[in-house]
Amino acid sequence: MGRNPVTWLGSPTFPDAARDALGDTQLRGNLRKATTTIRGKRESAVAELGDWEELRRAGESVKDDVLANLDTYLERLEAAVTDRGGVVHWARDAEEANRIVLDLVQAEDTDEVVKVKSMATAEIGLNEALADGGVNAIETDLAEVIVQLGDDRPSHILVPAIHRNRAEIKEIFAQMPEPPTSDDPHALAEAARKYLRRKFLSAKVAISGANFGVADTGSIVVVESEGNGRMCLTLPETLITVMGVEKVLPRWQDLEVFLQLLPRSSTAERMNPYTSTWSGVTPGDGPQKFHLVLLDNGRTSTLADEVGRQALRCIRCSACLNVCPVYERTGGQAYGSVYPGPIGAILAPQLAGDLHDEQAASLPYASSLCGACYEVCPVRINIPEVLTHLRAEVVEAKGKRTPEAMAMSAAAWVFGDRRRYEAAQKAGSLTRFLARDGTLSSLPWPGSKWTDTRDAPVVPKESFRAWWRRNRG
Amino acid sequence: MVSARDEILGRIRAVDRPAPSPVSRDYERTRHAGDPVELLAERITDYQATVYRTAARELPYRIAERLDGRGRIVVPPDVPREWCVPEVPWLADAPPLTVAELDSADGVLSGCAIAIAETGTIVLDAGRGQGRRALTLVPDHHLCIVHADQIVVSVPEAIERLDPTAPLTFISGPSATSDIELDRVEGVHGPRTLEVLLVT
Repeated sequence: MGRNPVTWLGSPTFPDAARDALGDTQLRGNLRKATTTIRGKRESAVAELGDWEELRRAGESVKDDVLANLDTYLERLEAAVTDRGGVVHWARDAEEANRIVLDLVQAEDTDEVVKVKSMATAEIGLNEALADGGVNAIETDLAEVIVQLGDDRPSHILVPAIHRNRAEIKEIFAQMPEPPTSDDPHALAEAARKYLRRKFLSAKVAISGANFGVADTGSIVVVESEGNGRMCLTLPETLITVMGVEKVLPRWQDLEVFLQLLPRSSTAERMNPYTSTWSGVTPGDGPQKFHLVLLDNGRTSTLADEVGRQALRCIRCSACLNVCPVYERTGGQAYGSVYPGPIGAILAPQLAGDLHDEQAASLPYASSLCGACYEVCPVRINIPEVLTHLRAEVVEAKGKRTPEAMAMSAAAWVFGDRRRYEAAQKAGSLTRFLARDGTLSSLPWPGSKWTDTRDAPVVPKESFRAWWRRNRG
Repeated sequence: MVSARDEILGRIRAVDRPAPSPVSRDYERTRHAGDPVELLAERITDYQATVYRTAARELPYRIAERLDGRGRIVVPPDVPREWCVPEVPWLADAPPLTVAELDSADGVLSGCAIAIAETGTIVLDAGRGQGRRALTLVPDHHLCIVHADQIVVSVPEAIERLDPTAPLTFISGPSATSDIELDRVEGVHGPRTLEVLLVT
């Protein structure tokens, strides 16, 4: 098994990448503008629904049901899609998925495919694998076109080119046969329409991701805005959909929850312009060959982590990115993965599955633990909880020799026994005399590892346990 | 050699998974709307689509008014005969039109399966009067007829009424993008003009 491409090979660790990004004032300006706009809109879109909290709980519980019965629902989905004339493939990792897709494309005797924006195919590096096999994959989502033509990397889950402003986009589009006439967003959209129209009308094979796959009915769901999705899902003869195994939903009825949660959380609309659903093959309407590739690529190992597996509830809405103070300042590329922001900081390292990798191990620290991401998450993923859990795992993976690990194991020894704990608290209360302005600004090594960059809170004069003993009677 | 399928299912079964718990469905199934027709019209208009209200007996006249002079209009073969007013040069999808023919047409007329008032959404299910999906996708102008009895208020009501095995298209306004600075602009690949005739 090769390296999981969910994190980009050769990326610097988050602190190093963030330092560079913070120096880019253009990037920070673009991000601040875009995220401020969307934050305000999301709040009003959500406030319209009096039952938003109930919908979030429903979304959470449906996804937990999926994780509890994943094998059953996947087998059910496979049977339903097969019954309706589709072909289901299973891929253990990125390499296997890429090979399946390349073989399917080559069997159709074509060297060009059109693509609907898909996180799963970005995660596995499908475009690069197809290029190596002599197949040109054309991205059709406007933001993906901007990234592809700019020879760039994505920086946001929903809007991969969020780091680019209209003037920069006009520059990138100058290489089109019919370049945009101005940097007005309408002119830019018009240029993209002309650029892609011929491709849509002549493509033999399309590749998509899936927002949801309904086990009961075999329905695959793609949620989009521009109509590039509809073009790809309708006009070519062959459609190949790559779907992460966690995207399965048990029942058709479950869509009534997610079609309310997703649009309001992602683009802050009551409903996105277009949502397509299809089940297998419909004679005389749309692709007559349909392949569904079910992708693991680190998902089953994430499922094994009791705390971390809630990340698999994610519906890729991006609300957590848009509210994150860290993301807003560093941008998405600093995370070194197609999954940036708070969700990326817990999803990418888990999918990568290697906390000895310095870059992946730096991601759970890309947060101030402010909790804004948890508040907006439509499926209630407790991102701060998973971040701290992964930090502990990173420390453990580093071995027992680091100051942090030594402090942790000392703490475990102290916390493990009441007498030791109380003695430590008494000793701690002495440190109050060392404090100025109510803070501890320097501690001797190994505590200096902490206080070199921040203050430590002082230990109160009287511990809670001592106070409780004194007052409970 | 173990197949990928068996290995993935095996990995899932090997995991100590959470105990299944009941799905919570305390959210609203229906919503109160004073006048669903009015709400639908208002919400569709919010997306920069245009809504016209009409009485059933005036429908043919209204169709002519919208489409006369617009050029050749694609029409599914099974629309009600009175929709095909003589003023308009129709392109019936029988036998099926080629993609090039659809691309050179100037618009399309269709019905719908249902409409969702709260979200301003029209749903097509390729059923009667709607045709296959390509018809309402390739032409740049879409005129859609919605009857008052096809309107539901909430998303749960819509999901309950739809046939999951049919190819469905949920349409909320004309083609749009939020990809430039996260601001919505209309008009990318799908029909750039959406007009709705609401029959009450």
